[in-house]
Amino acid sequence: MKTAKYLAATALTVAGLGANGAAADDLTLCWAAWDPANALVELSKEFEAQSGHSMTFEFVPWPNFADRMLNELNSGGKLCDLLIGDSQWIGGGAENGHYVKLNDFFDKEGISMDDFAPATVYAYSTWPKGTPNYYALPAMGDANGWFYRRDWFENPDIQAAYKEATGQDLREPESQREMLQIAQFFQGREIDGQTRYGAAIFTERGSEGITMGATGALYAWGFKYENTPGKYDMEGAVNSPEAVEGLEFYKEFYKTATPPGYTDSYMEQGLDAFKSGQVAMAMNWFAFFPGLYADPNTGGDKIGFFVNPPQNQAASTLGGQGISVVSYSDKQDAALEYIKWFAQPDVQAKWWALGGYSAHNSVLNDPGFKDSAPFAADFLEAMGAVQDFWQEPAYAELLIAMQKRLHDYVVADVGTAQEALDKLIEDWTETFEDEGKL
Amino acid sequence: MTDNPIERAATATPPRLARRIKGLSDRAIAWIFVAPTIFLLLAVNIFPLIWTINLSFTNFRANRPNREVDYVGLRNYERILTDSDIWLTMQATAHFLFWTIFFQVLIGFTLAWLINRKFKGNDLWTTIIVLPMMLSPAVVGNFWTFLYQPQIGLFNYVVSFFTGVDPSSFEMIGSVNLAPWSIVIVDTWMWTPFVMLICLAGLRSIPDYIYEAAAIDRASRWRQFWTITVPMVLPFLMLAVLFRGIENFKMFDLVVQLTGGGPGSVTELTSINLKREAFEKWRTGYASAYAIILFVTVFGLASVYVKALNKVKER
Amino acid sequence: MSSYSITEPSKRQKWVAGVLVILYAVITIMPLIWIIATGFKSPADAISYPPKVMFEPTLEGYVNLFTTRTRVSPEALQALPPPATWYEGIVRNRDMVIAGPSRYGERFLNSVIIGFGSTFLSVFLGTLAAYAFSRFKVPLKDDLLFFILSTRMMPPIAVAIPIFLMFRTLGLSDTHLGMILLYTAVNISLAVWLLKGFIDEIPREYEEAALIDGYTRFQAFYKVVLPQAATGIASTAIFCLIFAWNEYAFAVLLTSGTAQTAPPFIPTIIGVGGQDWPAVAAGATIFLVPVMVFTILLRKHLLRGITFGAVRK
Repeated sequence: MKTAKYLAATALTVAGLGANGAAADDLTLCWAAWDPANALVELSKEFEAQSGHSMTFEFVPWPNFADRMLNELNSGGKLCDLLIGDSQWIGGGAENGHYVKLNDFFDKEGISMDDFAPATVYAYSTWPKGTPNYYALPAMGDANGWFYRRDWFENPDIQAAYKEATGQDLREPESQREMLQIAQFFQGREIDGQTRYGAAIFTERGSEGITMGATGALYAWGFKYENTPGKYDMEGAVNSPEAVEGLEFYKEFYKTATPPGYTDSYMEQGLDAFKSGQVAMAMNWFAFFPGLYADPNTGGDKIGFFVNPPQNQAASTLGGQGISVVSYSDKQDAALEYIKWFAQPDVQAKWWALGGYSAHNSVLNDPGFKDSAPFAADFLEAMGAVQDFWQEPAYAELLIAMQKRLHDYVVADVGTAQEALDKLIEDWTETFEDEGKL
Repeated sequence: MTDNPIERAATATPPRLARRIKGLSDRAIAWIFVAPTIFLLLAVNIFPLIWTINLSFTNFRANRPNREVDYVGLRNYERILTDSDIWLTMQATAHFLFWTIFFQVLIGFTLAWLINRKFKGNDLWTTIIVLPMMLSPAVVGNFWTFLYQPQIGLFNYVVSFFTGVDPSSFEMIGSVNLAPWSIVIVDTWMWTPFVMLICLAGLRSIPDYIYEAAAIDRASRWRQFWTITVPMVLPFLMLAVLFRGIENFKMFDLVVQLTGGGPGSVTELTSINLKREAFEKWRTGYASAYAIILFVTVFGLASVYVKALNKVKER
Repeated sequence: MSSYSITEPSKRQKWVAGVLVILYAVITIMPLIWIIATGFKSPADAISYPPKVMFEPTLEGYVNLFTTRTRVSPEALQALPPPATWYEGIVRNRDMVIAGPSRYGERFLNSVIIGFGSTFLSVFLGTLAAYAFSRFKVPLKDDLLFFILSTRMMPPIAVAIPIFLMFRTLGLSDTHLGMILLYTAVNISLAVWLLKGFIDEIPREYEEAALIDGYTRFQAFYKVVLPQAATGIASTAIFCLIFAWNEYAFAVLLTSGTAQTAPPFIPTIIGVGGQDWPAVAAGATIFLVPVMVFTILLRKHLLRGITFGAVRK
């Protein structure tokens, strides 16, 4: 027994020495519990083999992810060495010293942010926005997109019925309004002996769901956070006539084209609704598309994908995350080693192959990329027109206000869209005043 | 020889130990025994309370350690008491408090009265009825979201079985009108046994001879119920209401798991609202003022209530 | 001899009362039975419409509770050697392989460590304090006792604000020690009040006799009072344990991984693509059953425990 332990210890030491002379650490990486996280576990096995470090993963389901991880950071916890934090956390992570600034490390290791897609660097890595101060490496590009039941859309009977009902051809929608019309057509329709519904959209109250869903419509109509970027002048931007119309549209969508009981649904519920054949269309993050395409029941040639349709303009809601080193970690060197390994082009290529959305130019600009998956071209198109929520250090407060105002209006029938957005400006003004920015 | 047991004990033990024991008067022992408890409560309850009061006058944010902290006087209190959204959460809490207590007293008392008919096997059934209240509210609340699912959930199915309504036609948690009742139903399910047990103790404390005397006076059963049973049980019932009132005023775990405060904010009880302010928005100073206001409210209401309770007891 | 008595309910009354109470008991127990049953359902049976009362039991929920799994392509599955264990087999049937153990075991163990640790501490300290309050003249006794009780009136979220800051400063965030101390502080009011009641009931004459026999105060406390109070101490311990076991608000705010207990964890159990209700139900069952057993064991002292000794029956 003793010998075995001794041998194991020796083996570990040898492996550690073999890597780069540093002691083997056990690194904990924190992220959300979802499909790409499983792919990352698979990918990281290579790192474990190469470096001698071992990896532990702490994956938290999305509805609790922000709450728990921000709490962890704010309490100065040492649970996570590496954190793949949501894009909006970057401001707080940088200003409050939760994340390690990576500029020196990038310079030393020859990692260039020019090798990553500009939209992702801007959104996931920089603070203050757009300045060359990096607190994360783009880890996972993502945006909100749509998918639909291709088998229903291509069914001649259904096509005929749609033509009769609307006078138009049933196709991938090219505007938000057309999408609603299609969803309403499917709502309550009997297909193969079962009642089907229009689309599964985000309505979740507790974390960020309804905001991420509704902004898909708001951005497309022309909603803006500020009239002039950086000035926090929200009057006339947040509550512009276009924004009001977009929000009214989202409510109409919710009321007339979603399955019953989807009053508090986010990613998981939406996936369930689609996979169980309840809905004809659904919105969700591109991150899930590889899994959806592989699904034995509703994947393959039964599924199609499209980018969030434009209305007044093309726009998609940004998702995705950068990977950061937590400043409270005792194992920052090993954590940086992981980032260095992760940034390599061949690792990035494998990352995409396993189902993660690489943001590395060598992957995205590869001529074969567009055809490497049925949603790859859509992904590039979406990432070309993404918009993100506030990334301010006070982002959580701003988000909670928007969640409340949107859910109150869309689901709980409180007031009008105009009132909801007016109140939102009041809430946000208060926050920015507290921040000393107004 | 002396009669003092401690002296006697002292003479019976070795000198060094004896000196030590002699040195420890009852008073010293009392302090040694009580001190750790008091110390712990001071450290984990009183010191934090004082800290909270101090924070409530500042604009401190726990997530912004690098920011300067200013004293803002009573501004936090002013903002809370004039915020119409907070009054809405107070209303939601009041609705929840009133109806849970109403149903729990009604059902709990009825059950206790029925169990006190002393039918065979009443012990076994009492134990079964009591089970829900001992369970983890968060875990139970989470599972009730499953029971409340429109189509697949047991609750809607049972309702449709008895009433013939389509089980997918109503959403207990999702609907603005039903959600406040969905939390009342689960809380009532969990805590009715609590009221029942206390009422049962009250009923069993009434001596038989009082009823016998009333029967000799030819008082009707109805009259006996109102002149003997109810007044005798009342102090017990009021105690139950006090406990339930305090507990439900603090309510967090069950409801946060069930509805998370939604839809919109119709089930956002004060504790849930406070959690958002303190641990999601991280407005620590503001949330501290909020906490103090809640504490004063509970403490004030409870004190008034206890006075009333004592009056009833004296009668 | 007449069997008629004015206080003894009639046969018919008993019968009607019995039926009504049993009816209520059956309705009230149904959600619990549903939780336990759902743990043994397959995912499809769990979300079938209409809800299935009869179903083929499977341990899939329990397997999913304790493992993490990844989906693999049918071809890759074919290439694998046959499953070595029965649980591998269940997972393979869903086109998945076991990737490793889940966190449930750790979280459950945390609940055990924190639950028993804080229970031991609060009962230990509580017994000492209760003995002192019961037997000695402690200055300001009533005030102290009320102070101890009033600490329970604060909403946990309100208490958590300064505790969070305190733990952060002391490095106690997300540690077992921090949670044990916190739960001890919360439970100690219950322990003192309950135990004082139990010790009050032990006649002072026993100790006085022991003191006359040459026992010291400590010995009298240790050898006479403690054995007499054993039942009371045991039931107090169980009440403290149940509280710590069930607690959610502090756990969700003050722990994130290392010391997280089961209640904040169970609601976050999700499967591969969708909420895995059988696994949630399995987790809930394993977590709730110990408390159900304790409740049945404790039924004689239940009332006392839940009312802080205010009602003793």
